[in-house]
Amino acid sequence: MMAAIILVVSLVTLMMFFVSYCRSLMASSASHSLSEEVRDVAGIRSRVSGQDFLRVTQLLRLCPERPADRLRLQAVQLYYSVLGAAQSLFFRMLPWFSAWSEIERGRCAYFVAVVLDKRISFNREMLAQQVEP
Amino acid sequence: MVGSVELFIWYLGTALELTFVVCSISRRSFFAYFFLNLYMLLSAAASVGRWLVLRRYGFDSGQYMYCYYYTDALLTVALYVSLISLYSRVFGELRFAKHMRLAAVVLLLGTAGFSYAVVAQSAEDLKTHFAYQLSQNLYFVGIVLTYLLWAAVLKLRETRTRLVQIVLSLGLYFSAYAASYALYNVFPQYGLVRYAGGVLGCLLPLTWCITMFRYSEESRLAPAQLVAVPR
Repeated sequence: MMAAIILVVSLVTLMMFFVSYCRSLMASSASHSLSEEVRDVAGIRSRVSGQDFLRVTQLLRLCPERPADRLRLQAVQLYYSVLGAAQSLFFRMLPWFSAWSEIERGRCAYFVAVVLDKRISFNREMLAQQVEP
Repeated sequence: MVGSVELFIWYLGTALELTFVVCSISRRSFFAYFFLNLYMLLSAAASVGRWLVLRRYGFDSGQYMYCYYYTDALLTVALYVSLISLYSRVFGELRFAKHMRLAAVVLLLGTAGFSYAVVAQSAEDLKTHFAYQLSQNLYFVGIVLTYLLWAAVLKLRETRTRLVQIVLSLGLYFSAYAASYALYNVFPQYGLVRYAGGVLGCLLPLTWCITMFRYSEESRLAPAQLVAVPR
């Protein structure tokens, strides 16, 4: 009984820390404004929503990666998946949760779009350096 | 007997601990986060010591048991000191760092005294049981202190990205460790659960490596972005 209580409490706090940790990873991207080019390529009109996540992630796979982004990206992808799973579990019981998780999934999509934006400019710079004599 | 999967997780954890120290040195933050680095170095040294004892005497030997529990108690004390060093950084500007250090020493001695009192009543092998009891109680104290530190980080609107992420990583580690411990007690029949402790041991150096590598000491973030539900 005691172990079950510890399990539930620790899982709740684990989720709390995990959400805050992922938010701290994504915090730096919030101030970055997306370029028109990425908006066009990813088909993002005005606000980035959670539904854009998979499309932007697929585009990201086409672009040569920067090792510096890999772990952060994996953590955010895990966060997106956890949010999706939790949304499908609780959307009937907790209507507010559905709205909150949709905002969070939008944040995840925005973070991935910022990574895509940075990758494109990084690769463009690399190409320019190679072309220059 | 230690299986190949457990050995792999063990080597990976030790490699990550050393990577964190290398990252700290290369980012010129070794002394700024001295106690975190000391903990990682002690943990890597304990892994090497345990491995040597394991090879020489075997997994079921008394020597390995003594070595394991004593190094575990030592590492828990080192992690506790690291946590207190984070408290000093968060509360550093509030001028009660001296009182806090005193409170930390009193809490550590109190936990050691309590552990001794529990063990003295029942245990046959006092020395090993004391090391085990101290380690377990100090872990519990560490969990509570980490939650309090996180609450203080939010209340004081801490903006230093590195500090925030290091505290969050510690919170993740302690919560996950407590969950795996409870999971093992609730479902001991599932073999996969016994790998959880080792994998979680890798989590802390990995997340600290990301923080050290990715952010500089000057990086700042908006505190409002950290809370899950805006106030």
